This record gives sequence, structure tokens and C-alpha cells, in this order.
Amino acid sequence: MVAERYTFPHKHLLGIEPLSPRDITAILDQARSFEEVCERPEIKIVPALRKRLIVNLFFENSTRTRNSFEIAQKRLSAEIINFDADTSSLSKGETLVDTAMNLQAMHPDLIVMRHSAPGAHALLARHMQASIVNAGDGAHEHPTQALLDAYTLRKKFGRLDGLKIAIVGDIRHSRVVRSNLWLLTKMGAKVTLVGPPTLLPQDMKATWPGVDFTSDFDAVIPEQDAIMILRIQFERGTGSFIPGQGEYVRFFQLNAGRMKLAKKDVAVLHPGPINRGVEITSDVVDGPNNLILDQVTNGVPVRMAVMYLLSNPHGEAVP
Amino acid sequence: MPAAPGQCQLDAAQMAEAIERLALDILRGLRPDETFVLVGIRSRGLPLAERLALALRETSGRPAPVGALDITLYRDDLTEKAGTPIVRPTEIPFTLRDRTVILVDDVLFTGRTIRAALDALLDHGRPNRVALAVLIDRGGRELPIQADFTGRLLEVGDDQRVSVRIQEVDGEDGVFIEGRA
Repeated sequence: MVAERYTFPHKHLLGIEPLSPRDITAILDQARSFEEVCERPEIKIVPALRKRLIVNLFFENSTRTRNSFEIAQKRLSAEIINFDADTSSLSKGETLVDTAMNLQAMHPDLIVMRHSAPGAHALLARHMQASIVNAGDGAHEHPTQALLDAYTLRKKFGRLDGLKIAIVGDIRHSRVVRSNLWLLTKMGAKVTLVGPPTLLPQDMKATWPGVDFTSDFDAVIPEQDAIMILRIQFERGTGSFIPGQGEYVRFFQLNAGRMKLAKKDVAVLHPGPINRGVEITSDVVDGPNNLILDQVTNGVPVRMAVMYLLSNPHGEAVP
Repeated sequence: MPAAPGQCQLDAAQMAEAIERLALDILRGLRPDETFVLVGIRSRGLPLAERLALALRETSGRPAPVGALDITLYRDDLTEKAGTPIVRPTEIPFTLRDRTVILVDDVLFTGRTIRAALDALLDHGRPNRVALAVLIDRGGRELPIQADFTGRLLEVGDDQRVSVRIQEVDGEDGVFIEGRA
């Protein structure tokens, strides 16, 4: 069996873009084993990363992603240090590279980082021996979110190849979209991006030529196997790109009326946090099609898989 | 089918006979009121456990459920192996509480696999008793672990490797010794 011989070739997870379809499948397959660990009736912890030191380095707030990583680390028996930008020397003027060198001097095995600057992780990777996991960098990538979305979809449909998925909302400012576009197109899914024209950057067509762009949500709903709703990120300035919340709701909110246009078993995903009554209504969030809490549950085994596979690289590091 | 390298110790018929006898030994070692389950260590312990279960059911009429254990996450030599293997799920779809677990593997060598398997198993519950059944004991223990039921003892040199080939995994049955004595 080919699968028996495959070994994960990457030292870092900076994004989905550098991964091959085989690498993505390996992470999802590995996560399946960790899902079994998370669902055990008794002890939900394995000693796989015992005596490994992981640093969680969050320069942007993120309660749920960090909690998910931390639970995943504890389930792998790793030692954890949480490093908050607020309480660190960064507020005293230290540069990212100096912070990295200081951390490296303490020899951590793996660093999970969220940073507002795209490429901050690649910079860190050049100055560290530790493996780096990107937990979100600006509007660039959020690879573990895309992996857990893919895991959730694969679990429901048994495949990713040929699935039709609409991603709706603030495409312009979303790192979740970019990681999902890389992942879903590599795995053969058909993606349609939906949003107001001001939030649909036309230059993305050059990078993902097979992807459809539309502002007519109702027209594309019936053919979708899954609909991924994005949060309107008022804190990232989305508000200045749309005339107002009322108009956004009218054309792009996923509600009972729009659900009537969709396939009966359509999967509804949302990376969270949800703004009930804005991009999605409560009846849909709490309805039978939603996989939103499955996404949260699946985040743990997927992140366990990523950290496990990165912690034991072989040969030369792959940038 | 690729030709099996090395010297044949048991052919398919001899291997089937060894498994039959191993099943009888296990039955003799169990009390009549003892509720037992089999747990095979992936990869080759699992088909072996399934064959033992079949023989046990036919001989005794007692149910013999089979589970699968992947011990990769519990190994003590993770960093020494090249590359990260993809771990397959452990599947123990029954309770271990108040049960006797017959842990099954193909070859008993250093004992490190069994040490890891015991840790993994006990994370799934607290059985009354765990017994170890192996098709081949080749000696060379590095830990104080012994089998309760053994199909065959083989005298093997330190540099030699015992290779159990099994239809479900390798496409053929047989036990071979590779390398020079």
C-alpha cells in the first residue's frame, strides 16, 4: 500500500498553498485517528508529544483558535507555554525577530503563532529551529481552519472531489477564504465566491482561475452541496466597503427563505464567531443543516494531526 | 506477488496449524466463566486476532469479539524512526471493564511494542486481566515481558529478522527468517 510508505515532508505549516493533495489527505487521515482519541469513553489523552515544548504566540486576540490548539496540545501530552503579546516585551518595542531569537534561545520544539502581518511566520521560520504553525496571519492564510472545514466536509460527504461549495461574505478581508480556496481547489472541489462587488477582489481570479465570482447569492444556492458563511468583520473595516448592514442582510444573509432554495441536505458552515441576525439567522444556526459545532469539535483532532506530523520531520526542512 | 526473501520456517499449512494450536492453548488457559475479548496490534496482530477468534468461536461456541490497537502514539522510539507514519484508528467497540483481554501480536522480540500496547490498552479501560498471545517468540527481550500463549519458539541470531507474512496484509501466509545467523 502506498499510504504505508508516505511520510509527511514539511517542517512548518505556514499555509495550505505549499501542501500537495497527498499532504492534505495525510493530515485528514491522521486527524481521523485523533478523533477516535477525542471520543474515547475514558482517557482522551495520548503520550505522542510527551516531553515536547510548544509555545503559543498570539499577537492578535483569538480565544477559540487558541483554546482549540491548547486542548489539542494537552491531548497530545505536550508541555505548553502561552505567550501573550500584551504582556510581552513587544509592548516595550522589541521586534518580531528579536522575540523569535529570544524564544529560540530557550529551544522550544514547536511554535503556534497568530500575527496580523502576512508572512510573519515565514520570517519567524528563518530564525528558528522550531516548527512553526500558522494560526492566522492577517488576510493571508489560516491553514488549520481550512483543514478542519475540509475534515468536516469530508466526514459528511465522504469526499471533497466534485463537491460544490459557496463561500459567502467578506471575501476581501478573509484569510479563511484564501486557505479554503487553496485547499478546496487542490482537492477538486468547485468553489463559488459570493459577496457584494466591493468585497470580491477581481485580482483573486488570476490566482484561482477555476473559481466563480458572483453577487447573486440566490441564483447559485440551489446547486451547492455546502454553504460557508463568513462573519462580517466590522473590526477589520468591512463596514466601509458596504452601504450598510440592512442591505447586506437583504442580499447575503443566510435565512429560512434562502434555505428553501438550497438542497435538502446542504451543509452550512461558519468559522465563527457568529453574528446571529446579521450574516446568518438563528433558525439556520440552530437548524438541522448546520455543521458549525462539528467544525469546532473537529478543530481539535485536526490540530493534533498537524502538530503531531510536524513534530517528527525527517531529512531536510522544507521551507 | 513478490517472492518472500529469507528462509522459510513455517509454510502456510504449518502456520494455520500453529494458529489452531494457539487457539486451543488460549481456551485451556481461560476459565469457563471468563468473558474474554481479543485485541490485535496493528498491522499483523489484527488479522491474526481475527483468525484466532474464528477458531475460538468454532471450537468453544463462545463469542470472541475482536478489537484493533494502533500503538504508534505510545511508542518510546518515535524520534528514532525516519518520518512520521500516519496512525490508523484504534477500534475497540466494546467495554474492557470486567473482561479478560487476549492481546495478540505476530512476533515477540524486545517487548517494547507490548509495553506500548499495554499503555494504550489501559487508556481504553480497566480489564480484569490481560494475557499475551503471540505466533512467534524469537527471544531478545529488553523489557521484563513474556507471552502467556506462544505459537512457536524460534532460535534467532541478534542480527536476524523474523518476518511473519499474512494473507490479509502481505498476500501470503508464512514465517521467514531474514539475514545471517
